[in-house]
Amino acid sequence: MNAPTLPVGGGCRTAPVLKERGQREVFCGLTGIIWLHRKMQDAFFLVVGSRTCAHLLQSAAGVMIFAEPRFGTAILEETDLAGLADSQKEVDRVVEQLLARRPDIRQLFLVGSCPSEVIKIDLSRAAERLSAKHAPHVRVLNYSGSGIETTFTQGEDAALACMVPVLPETDARELVVVGALPDVVEDQMIALLSAMGIDNVRCLPAQRIDGETGVGPNTVFALAQPFLGDTHAALERRGARHIPAPFPFGEEGTTAWLAAIAAEFDVPAQTFEAVTDAPRARARKAVAQASEHLNGKSVFFFPDSQLEIPLARFLTRECGMTAIEVGSPYIHDAIVGPDLDLLPQGPVISEGQDVEKQLDRARAARADLTVCGLGLANPLEAEGLATKWAIELVFTPVHFYEQAGDLAGLFSRPLRRKSILKVEAAE
Amino acid sequence: MKLTVWTYEGPPHVGAMRVATAMKGLHYVLHAPQGDTYADLLFTMIERRNHRPPVTYTTFQARDLGADTANLFKTACQEAVDRFKPQAIIVGASCTAELIQDDPGGMAETMDLGIPVIPLELPSYQRKENFGADETFFQIVKHLSKPQGRTNRITCNILGPTALGFRNRDDVEEITGLLSDLGIVVNVVAPLNATPADIARLPAAHFNVLLYPETGEAAARWLEKNHDQPFTKVVPIGAGATRDFIAELARITGKPLAYDESRLRLPWWSASVDSTYLTGKRVFLFGDGSHVMAMARVARDEMGFEVIGMGCYNREMARPLRAMAKEYGVEALITDDYLEVERTLEELSPEMILGTQMERHIGKRLGIPCAVISAPVHVQDFPARYSPVMGFEGANVLFDTLVHPLVMGLEEHLLTMFREDFEFHDEAGASHHGGHATRRIAEPDQEVAARQPAQDNAPPDLSISDEAKEEPASGSDVLVWLADAERELKKIPFFVRGKARRNTESYAAEKGLQKISVETLYEAKAHYAR
Ligand code: SF4
Ligand code: SF4
Repeated sequence: MNAPTLPVGGGCRTAPVLKERGQREVFCGLTGIIWLHRKMQDAFFLVVGSRTCAHLLQSAAGVMIFAEPRFGTAILEETDLAGLADSQKEVDRVVEQLLARRPDIRQLFLVGSCPSEVIKIDLSRAAERLSAKHAPHVRVLNYSGSGIETTFTQGEDAALACMVPVLPETDARELVVVGALPDVVEDQMIALLSAMGIDNVRCLPAQRIDGETGVGPNTVFALAQPFLGDTHAALERRGARHIPAPFPFGEEGTTAWLAAIAAEFDVPAQTFEAVTDAPRARARKAVAQASEHLNGKSVFFFPDSQLEIPLARFLTRECGMTAIEVGSPYIHDAIVGPDLDLLPQGPVISEGQDVEKQLDRARAARADLTVCGLGLANPLEAEGLATKWAIELVFTPVHFYEQAGDLAGLFSRPLRRKSILKVEAAE
Repeated sequence: MKLTVWTYEGPPHVGAMRVATAMKGLHYVLHAPQGDTYADLLFTMIERRNHRPPVTYTTFQARDLGADTANLFKTACQEAVDRFKPQAIIVGASCTAELIQDDPGGMAETMDLGIPVIPLELPSYQRKENFGADETFFQIVKHLSKPQGRTNRITCNILGPTALGFRNRDDVEEITGLLSDLGIVVNVVAPLNATPADIARLPAAHFNVLLYPETGEAAARWLEKNHDQPFTKVVPIGAGATRDFIAELARITGKPLAYDESRLRLPWWSASVDSTYLTGKRVFLFGDGSHVMAMARVARDEMGFEVIGMGCYNREMARPLRAMAKEYGVEALITDDYLEVERTLEELSPEMILGTQMERHIGKRLGIPCAVISAPVHVQDFPARYSPVMGFEGANVLFDTLVHPLVMGLEEHLLTMFREDFEFHDEAGASHHGGHATRRIAEPDQEVAARQPAQDNAPPDLSISDEAKEEPASGSDVLVWLADAERELKKIPFFVRGKARRNTESYAAEKGLQKISVETLYEAKAHYAR
């Protein structure tokens, strides 16, 4: 009875996918650093890249509250391009400089970019050497957040995946929840699971290196975010087993996600209900209130964070919307399959992007709400379309019961605003 | 490799985008990976542009490398021309594409697109945004301008305004109006709102008004050399500079120019008694070279401030700025290292900063008021109202801008007189800025922590001010404040208390004292009094 009902006309799992390949309008994986560095409080992210990479981070962060955030860019200069022999030494030098200034840093990520990859700077070699040198105080890892290999949220995937091989081995039967969640959301989740008697819960990433999660053949893991394909694979390589489920967005998604874990840990149905009944009711009420302006409206998703499919499922099933197109940069069936099962047939499911063609489709569809990146939002608003910036969905607490209403609110605010503004000149 | 936290300038192709986005009928085909599309949001979010920048990115991926990135570029080029039907295109590479050496310029030129193709060579690993804009505009002018006769009337072009520039929209309007009052007609403004066809008409003007040397000087020099058009050297920011600018126009046109100053209010506003409190306020200036140099004059000669330091992030302006600093008797700080600027500000501890959005943040942390006078700027620096910084109205705007962050003169006296009054308790703050703009760093920065995500810029800010808290309270571990001194310090209005504390502590340290008494506090006050 906790299982969500499948759509009458069938779901989207077997729907044909419109595969597009053309100009993309998305961030690269470096962007993930903006939220990862907030989550991992003893980590520093050092991008080895160009002025463009530094400028991207600055523009995506939007603000510079700190003199020294826990990320930075080692900007490649002409000399680095000319004499490649030195790149390892240069990385060493910058890292020494950095660690001297920030003795609080326990984990350092060397993050590859397009330029560092094109000129083939071997950051894994650097990471190994620096790790050996600074052990045990600092662990140095590396991953690529480059735009030629990663799209937006894939940066977090790459970061988490590079941590998996060095996680300590354990035989304990533990649940690992994967994906950086805001602390408040993480606490809510742990409270729910613990109320069901599931106490061996670990998070990846942990807040600090000491709180680190182990992994082994008795580990089961659940994904809190749909964009974690490589991390999923890396964990399976370590013997851990995935608990597939719809993603915990909205009342229904959260319940289905928790139910999958409860089933794995043999939580009695009664206990499950006792724990979830009250927050479910709260979530339902909050969603109903917040989705007043969403009911009966249509939505069009540009590909951005890979959250699109689970969110479309939430908006169509819980908020009464109709999806016209659901675009995602990548579709991993093993991960979003359960959400596709639940998403009622009808929308175009598209993977990849050719932004001009997609804009043509969005203009033709004129959905009531268009979910897109920051570069497109104002231009589409100027054409009379209501938009929601996708990036906020990654930056804001939106998971689990208590945020279900806020999640609906994120989508309804632009529509509500459009309905109350009277700023157009009289005809 | 150079370790960088925040940058004043983006890469040079962002400068090219500022030119392309400012213009109409021009398209930019940029060989670049997908992540570089972030630059669109600078224009659509920060400047609130209602159109996408006219840029097609090839967005090549790893799997394309070595295979067919060149073809990808050609396809993108052809599709952009077919779809957007521009009058001309500029083509170039971003930092990554520069490394794979596909030669976008060469390829596009062989494609027979039926429109002018302007190739850009912007060295991403050596130069930066302002250079990119200057060079791009220069190439466009060089490729598109056509030799022709002069107009009968005295005309000029206005050169340099771009997208994302500081107050460019309103400066152009103000200066156009000023010129028209003087009987000079504007032939073409470029790049802002110019089409390639307009660029062709540039040589018809008698001379050029170079408003923004950072982004228009190469073109102005080329036009001077090749089309015999002199260009103006004075940047008309402030009352004095605007008068000098008019004098320069008179020299260039060879005519006496009568002008009307009735709208200029800065001189009287500055002379009136309320402004006495501005006297000798110690200010530090940082930004692009042109704005800093112009504003230093305004600060010293028109506001009566004391300029205690100045600097710029664009090395291209190092020379003239150094010369001016010398004349002002201060050190010039030429750097694009944000941390170095912050260190300097900490050391000099000015009463006000005239800077960029970066200095605004430094000021927030250090509890020093800041007025923004130069790019890079943020969404709130694109006001809805008319607010030029050039010409006579610009001078008026500057007076307000520079006074606003400071506590009003009269208000300052009242606060001192009534400092024990309950309405003037610490948390009340100055009436016109909500009292939280000048918090000291050692206090938790609630303003920052409590800020709604997405309050003022596009992508929301996830930041919680933990790093601010990591800072130790300055000096308090060596010096002890005696209880009565601490109480006395509390009586000082909060917005100057930080400075009083710092001054007293450095005075005590200088004198080798370990304990600070009320005595010490007042001795320090006397010591620092001017
Ligand atoms: S958006 Fe916020 S952080 Fe950026 S300049 Fe504005 S006030 Fe500062
Ligand atoms: S796409 Fe590549 S070059 Fe551009 S910001 Fe991202 S990593 Fe840097």
